[in-house]
Amino acid sequence: MASNASHRARKRALSAAHFIGLFLAMSLICLPGLWIVLNSFRPTVEIMAKPPVWIPNSLNLDHYRAMFGGVGEGGVPVLTYFRNSLIISVTSTLVALLVGMAGGYAFARYRFKGKAALFVGLMATRAVPGVALSLPLFIIMARAGIIDTHFGLILTYVALNVPFTVWLIDGFFRQVPRELAEAAEIDGCTRWQAFWKVEFPVARAGIASAGIFAFLTSWNEYALASQLTRSVNSKTMPVGLLDFTSQFTLNWGGMCALAVLMIIPALVLTFLVQKHLIAGLTFGGVKG
Amino acid sequence: MTRLRLPPWLVLLLPAIIILAAVVLVPLVLSFYSSFTAYQLTRPETLWKWIGTFNYRKAAGDANFWWAFGRTVLLLTIALNLEMLLGLGLAVMVSKVTTGQRLLRTAMMFPMMFSPVLVGFQFKFIFNDNVGLVNNALQSLGLTDVAIPWLVDGHLALFSIIFAEIWTSTSVFAILILAGLYAIPQDPVEAAKVDGCTPWQSFRFVTLPFLMPFIYIAMAIRSLDVARAYDIVQIMTNGGPARRTELLWTLIGRTAYVDARMGYANAMGYIAILLSIFFTIYFFRKLTAARSELGMGV
Repeated sequence: MASNASHRARKRALSAAHFIGLFLAMSLICLPGLWIVLNSFRPTVEIMAKPPVWIPNSLNLDHYRAMFGGVGEGGVPVLTYFRNSLIISVTSTLVALLVGMAGGYAFARYRFKGKAALFVGLMATRAVPGVALSLPLFIIMARAGIIDTHFGLILTYVALNVPFTVWLIDGFFRQVPRELAEAAEIDGCTRWQAFWKVEFPVARAGIASAGIFAFLTSWNEYALASQLTRSVNSKTMPVGLLDFTSQFTLNWGGMCALAVLMIIPALVLTFLVQKHLIAGLTFGGVKG
Repeated sequence: MTRLRLPPWLVLLLPAIIILAAVVLVPLVLSFYSSFTAYQLTRPETLWKWIGTFNYRKAAGDANFWWAFGRTVLLLTIALNLEMLLGLGLAVMVSKVTTGQRLLRTAMMFPMMFSPVLVGFQFKFIFNDNVGLVNNALQSLGLTDVAIPWLVDGHLALFSIIFAEIWTSTSVFAILILAGLYAIPQDPVEAAKVDGCTPWQSFRFVTLPFLMPFIYIAMAIRSLDVARAYDIVQIMTNGGPARRTELLWTLIGRTAYVDARMGYANAMGYIAILLSIFFTIYFFRKLTAARSELGMGV
């Protein structure tokens, strides 16, 4: 009897510890981000207040208004940066997906000599950090005259994303049974039709998640963008964040507002894709 | 008319190969070449001035370089191990939750959506000695009445950077380990329970070996990702105070763009790339070993 009761008490203590641990971990994860969101609505006076103001007296949209107000009042051309980011990320994602689909399909369906070596070689390009790449790329692009253009960044991001999309998409195509496409071919489809009508729809969810991964990488990339862009022509939002800094001061409120603008698309996309993401990483990576 | 016919796999792979060759391979060859020259960004003609292994010998004798090298390895070791442990704990806790798991999973991935620059600014703000969240909280709670110079003191700055690094990347480990937890077959776990294992024993000897491949995958991905540390450090301290948080890539970036000594920077860059390739190969080896132990095939 007594052991039964102590057993129950221990179980309750364990589940309480579990709850508290999870709660602490989640608040540590979420608080820094929420702090940024909160500060984007607070006037600068309150952010800088000493002693600190814990309960906000007034929340307003001043920072957002200033941000979208344009260059006039010391603002930052946020809309232009947003457009640049969007154009560059979307285009490079689409291209990386097409290239990745072709490559992933080749790895998943064909046998050929040197396949393993080629695969490792492709992945090894990822081992080169962005900063390392930015030095020679800067020299080459300056020579080719594509510094500070959308094209230059798009090309760079496609290359950055291709190894990862090939890797993920390869994993997803492997899950599609080979017999499916063969059956379609027997029924009179060409290989091309078999791919688009049978294999592609089955692997579509996985391809979408690879796309979102690629999008997030381009959306958030900084090390390369900071060197390969110069002006409002092609500056992306991560680089634009630095416009809020000057030699000795930082416009925290404005920066927080831009940060929120950057996070929202990422947040929505990640929520949509989280289930496939886990599956994709499992199949592509570990069972590969 | 005879048409050149390539095998279909090559046609399919060609775009990937061409793009990677153009954007990664050619620049790498160029930077390898320029690491043997006295190339300075401001004086293009120096690209043709061959100076042999001078840059490499200079780097080998440069104390700043070796400090940055050691600090990068230190940061990587501390961060990867802590991220692994925390990620494991987080994944196990989340997997035990029965309701609202989807919400928790999304919340868990929250830091992954942040651009590294953004993480840098966010923690620069939070650790700010004057208006930062941490000091404000400590002062309001009466724990201290001095402003702790988080980013100004060398040791504290390194701590703050490691904290930021762990904050962003623990979720990468957590997600991958969670994927592993979902994929574990239930039979061995139940068999262990029937044979009288304590929960700890069945975790240690049944669950953990199954998770090892997932952990090594995460390690491999993360060790490739060291460049992330560049963005965060660059923003939070810019290698300061007095080079106390200088990492390989911040040092290289500064040498290349501020001092404009591209050749020397590329030489250091090559040493650093070798370091990151070494880590990657090490973890992939471990991964293959862990896989074959489980009989998953390669």
